[in-house]
Amino acid sequence: MTPPRKGARIEIKRLGKVFEGSRGTVAALTDIDLAIAPGEFLCIVGPSGCGKSTLLRILAGLERQTSGTFAIEAAGWKVANAMVFQDSGLFPWMSVEENIGFGLMTRGVAKSERQDRVERAMKLVGLSKFRRHFPHQLSGGMRQRGAIARAFVTDPAVLFMDEPFAALDAQNRVILQEELVRLWEETGKTVVYITHSIEEALFLGDRAVIMTAQPGRIKEIMPVTFPHPRHLMELSASAEFGELKLRIWHALQDEVMRARQQQEGA
Amino acid sequence: MAANNAVRRERLMYLLSPIGLLVLWEIAIQAGLGDRRFVPAPSDIAERFWQLILSGELADHVGATLWRIAVGYVVGVVPAVIIGLLMAMFRTARIIVDPLIAALFPIPKVALMPLLLLAFGFGDASKMAVVAIGAFFPVVVNTYTGASHIEPIFIDVARNFGASRLVMFSRIVFFGALPMTFAGLRTALAISFIVVVAAEFVAAKSGIGYLIWSSWELLQVDAMFVGIVTIGVLGVITSTIFREIERKVIPWKAEAN
Repeated sequence: MTPPRKGARIEIKRLGKVFEGSRGTVAALTDIDLAIAPGEFLCIVGPSGCGKSTLLRILAGLERQTSGTFAIEAAGWKVANAMVFQDSGLFPWMSVEENIGFGLMTRGVAKSERQDRVERAMKLVGLSKFRRHFPHQLSGGMRQRGAIARAFVTDPAVLFMDEPFAALDAQNRVILQEELVRLWEETGKTVVYITHSIEEALFLGDRAVIMTAQPGRIKEIMPVTFPHPRHLMELSASAEFGELKLRIWHALQDEVMRARQQQEGA
Repeated sequence: MAANNAVRRERLMYLLSPIGLLVLWEIAIQAGLGDRRFVPAPSDIAERFWQLILSGELADHVGATLWRIAVGYVVGVVPAVIIGLLMAMFRTARIIVDPLIAALFPIPKVALMPLLLLAFGFGDASKMAVVAIGAFFPVVVNTYTGASHIEPIFIDVARNFGASRLVMFSRIVFFGALPMTFAGLRTALAISFIVVVAAEFVAAKSGIGYLIWSSWELLQVDAMFVGIVTIGVLGVITSTIFREIERKVIPWKAEAN
């Protein structure tokens, strides 16, 4: 199945971020060079504290880099990016419907069009029956579905996802991963997906970027060539999957140990 | 059903100690302990209560007091919410307003009454003004605190989804601060009752405060008690209404607790 159009192309050049704290400076990211193809599903894997979230926040415009540049080419798209956070970040004072329509409301999309699009998005993630519910009345999985719908409904050229399923139980995670892959295959958007789970990177990604512990650098980029559509449970039983998982684990292992030593030393 | 009964029983138990106290009080006075001119029995107060209701006098006083509170409260609270939000959003607003609040908040608002009489005269306006000033401070401080402690993720989401300053103000910061704002509004209501009664002691010819003070001057202690009880009853009624409004307006807060 060929997607209807391709999402944003992203070029990152020698990007760096240094945090100034009361106890001196901390280099979070150093010399990040990365080119992300239009319509690619890119997963970034790294130990906690490696700056992968910071990278995503910089790309999403929530923080500024201290060195280097990046460009998001999204010609022909009205909305450049939308982000899905680990904690859904649905506003507790808005109904599911209002939450999903938020990014359209802020951009002045006319009410009738907004309703149509929100309707379709709710259907897509199975929340139509819960439109009038408030987030505190939903389960964690449903809240995360709402957050995904809120991002997809704005039709962004690139979707930034920061460990969106990390807080979910295993069953819900698999279901939502499959839904996400289906949505991605249908829409052809670029996705940059942060995770600390190797399996997740292999289930979802076209490539897996492995980052080093602080300061975060790119250690290795591995292509993930399993054909689409992927069936996560079948895939995880295959020999190639196990082999690739082991390779990534070896690349990550040193970094995880290093991150631990840093934390213990701090 | 069983749980319901248990709740009902507990509610009835709550009435036990106040009623017991009233009964003891009545017995003590009837037995001749204490001077009945200065310490009336509950039955005397109840009788006077009934008289003042029938004559319409009590309704006039209650009406006058509630009108002053209502107008003063709204005049004080609306700018307090707006200024509190602006302080959280803009450094300049914070720098201008913060020292003023620090200096003015601790001043007993009743101490401003002579000044307010000069400015607004002896009519309702001076009482409304003292209520407005009294209600302003807890609301501005709570709203500011609530608005500056909104979970960062909500601000991130709003920014990432292209919220303008106006949307940020009216759809995010306002609602994020609302639970704290409501706590401030409730404190402000209690303060309104306190200051309006105190102001009516010295600077009014109507109102519950006036009823209490003039009864005291005429040594009609039972009427004085009627005024005091009335304030208590009004306090219970308004705070019950308030809690219902809060439950409707902030449904997510009740769930979180």
